[in-house]
Amino acid sequence: MKTPRREYPNRLEPFFENLVFDRDDNTMVINFGPQHPSAHGQLRLILELDGEQIVKAVPDIGYLHRGMEKMAENMIYNEFLPTTDRMDYIAATSNNYGFALAVEKLLGIEAPRRAQIIRTMLLELNRIISHLFWLATHALDVGAMSIFLYCFREREFAMDLMEDYCGARLTHSAVRIGGVPLDLPDGWIEKLAHYINKLPKDIEDYEGLLDQNRIWKMRLEDVGVIPPEMAETWGCSGPTLRGSGIPWDIRKEEPYELYDELDFDVPVTDSCDSYGRYKLYMQEMRESIKILKQLIPMYKESDPQIMAHAPQYISAPKEDIMTQNYSLMQHFVLVTQGMRPPVGEVYVATESPKGELGFYINSQGGPYPYRLKVRAPSFWHTSILQELLVGHYIADVVTIIGNLNIVFGEIDR
Amino acid sequence: MAQHQVRYLQDGGLPVLLTTADKILQWGRSNSLWALTYGLACCAIEMMASGASRYDFDRFGTIFRASPRQADLMIVAGTLTKKHAEFIRRLYDQMAEPKWVISMGSCANTGGMFNTYATVQGVDRVIPVDIYLPGCAPRPETLQYAVMMLQKQIRRESAFQKLKPKRLV
Repeated sequence: MKTPRREYPNRLEPFFENLVFDRDDNTMVINFGPQHPSAHGQLRLILELDGEQIVKAVPDIGYLHRGMEKMAENMIYNEFLPTTDRMDYIAATSNNYGFALAVEKLLGIEAPRRAQIIRTMLLELNRIISHLFWLATHALDVGAMSIFLYCFREREFAMDLMEDYCGARLTHSAVRIGGVPLDLPDGWIEKLAHYINKLPKDIEDYEGLLDQNRIWKMRLEDVGVIPPEMAETWGCSGPTLRGSGIPWDIRKEEPYELYDELDFDVPVTDSCDSYGRYKLYMQEMRESIKILKQLIPMYKESDPQIMAHAPQYISAPKEDIMTQNYSLMQHFVLVTQGMRPPVGEVYVATESPKGELGFYINSQGGPYPYRLKVRAPSFWHTSILQELLVGHYIADVVTIIGNLNIVFGEIDR
Repeated sequence: MAQHQVRYLQDGGLPVLLTTADKILQWGRSNSLWALTYGLACCAIEMMASGASRYDFDRFGTIFRASPRQADLMIVAGTLTKKHAEFIRRLYDQMAEPKWVISMGSCANTGGMFNTYATVQGVDRVIPVDIYLPGCAPRPETLQYAVMMLQKQIRRESAFQKLKPKRLV
C-alpha cells in the first residue's frame, strides 16, 4: 500500500515496474543494493529467501544509466571517444579501442603498424590492470583484505605506465580513431619490461596466498556453477564462458590488430565454478605478460608512423598542420564539423577483459552516428544472476557477483 | 552589586574554557572522519585506490564504513542518476549529525559530461555539499587534499553550535 506523503510533496517515490512477488509461503524478500559495498556498483538485487537459501533473484539495473548511446547520436565521432572511457572504467582502453576499431572499419582505414603495436600493448596492459582489480575486489568481498592491498600495489605500477603514456590514470582515451596520438615516451619500453618481468612473481604470491587457502576454497569451490549449456544460453562471453569449458576468445576466433601474429594460449577450465574462473583469470594475466613480451621487439623494428594517412577523415600529423596551409584547413574542418563516414552499418566485436565488447554503428553519411549500440559483456553476465543465484546461500551472493566481474558503467551505459 | 558583573554560568557560558574544548573536540572529529562507501561510478575506483596500499587513507583517520549509521562523511564518487537520487537522500538522512559531504568528480558536482535525461545535474540538488572536488576522475591525491580541506573547515567550526540545516542548491 502506498501512503500519500503530503508533508513532502517533492519527495521522489521509487517505482519498480515488472517486479511482482507472490508471497504465499514463508519466504522473505530482501533488498540487496543499489548501494551495497559488495554490489560492484549500483546493482540492486531483490532476493526471495527460504531460510538462508535463495529461491528467487531479480537483478534490477539502470541505476547508472547515463544515456550514453543517446549522447553518441549528438556527438561527432571523435567527441564520443572520451565517453567510452566511462563505460567499463576499469579497462578504459578496451572501450576506446572497440569504438575506434568500429569506426575504422566503417571508414575502411587501418592503423599503421606501430600504432597497432602500441594499441595492443595498451590493451594487454589494461587487461592486467582489470584482472588485478578483479582479484583485489573479489578477494576483499570474500574476506581476504591483504590480497586487496597487494593487488592494488601492483596495479598502481601498471597505472603509472599508463599515466606515463597518456597522462591519465583511469580514463585514458589513449586510442584514437586511426591510430594513437603519441609515440611511446623515452624509457617506457624499459619500464614495461621491468614491470612484466616482476609481475609473474607477484602473481605467484597471490596464488600462494589463495590457492590452498582453506577459506578461499570453501567460499569459491562449487559456488556459482555455470554449466556450458547455461553459459551459452545466457550469452556469456570472455572468462565466464571459458570458465565453463568453452574455448572461445575473439582474439583467436576473429583476430583483430596483431593477435594473429602473436603466440598465446587461451586458458580454459572445465570446473565451471568460481574457483576455476579464479584460476583462469590468473592464467590470463600470464598470457597477457607473454603477449607483452613479444610486442617489445616488434615495437623496436617498426616504422615511426602512428596515425593512418586518410586526409578525408584523419587530421594530418602536427608538423604538417603547423607548416602546410592545406593540412591546417583540413584539420579545422575535421575538428569543427567532424568526419563523415560513408553510409552503412558495422558491428565489431573485440575481446575486452570481461568478454565480448561489441560496437554497432549505423551511419547515414552525416558527422553523427544515426545509432550507436554497445554490446557490453557485463550486461549479459548480470542477467545470468537470476538463474545462477537460485539454490545458493545468501553468503554466496557476494562471491558470485564478485566472480562474474560485472561493472555497472557498461551495463547501464 | 556591581552592574558589570559577568555571570559565567548563565550568559553564554565560560568563553575561554569552551573555545579550547571546542578545539579539542573538533580536532578529534576532523581526524576521525569515517566515510560512507558511496561509490557510484568511475570515481569509486579512485576512491578505492586512495584507500588502498599506495595512497593509504588510514593516515587521515578515514576508514570506509558500509553503514551510514557509523559514518561522518559521505564521499559521493560518481554519477548520480535520477533513478538513484531517492536512495542517496535516504542514506544521507540516516547518517548521524554532525555529517559532511564531499562531492567527488565532475559528475557529482554538476552532472559533468552527462547532460542527459537520466542524470541529476549535480548531487547538491539532492543533498547539501561541503566540498566540491573537480576532476574526471580526480586522482587519489586530490581526494586526500579534499579531505584535508574538510578537516581544516571542521577545525574552524564551533562544536556546540546549533546545527543549522545546510543549504541545497
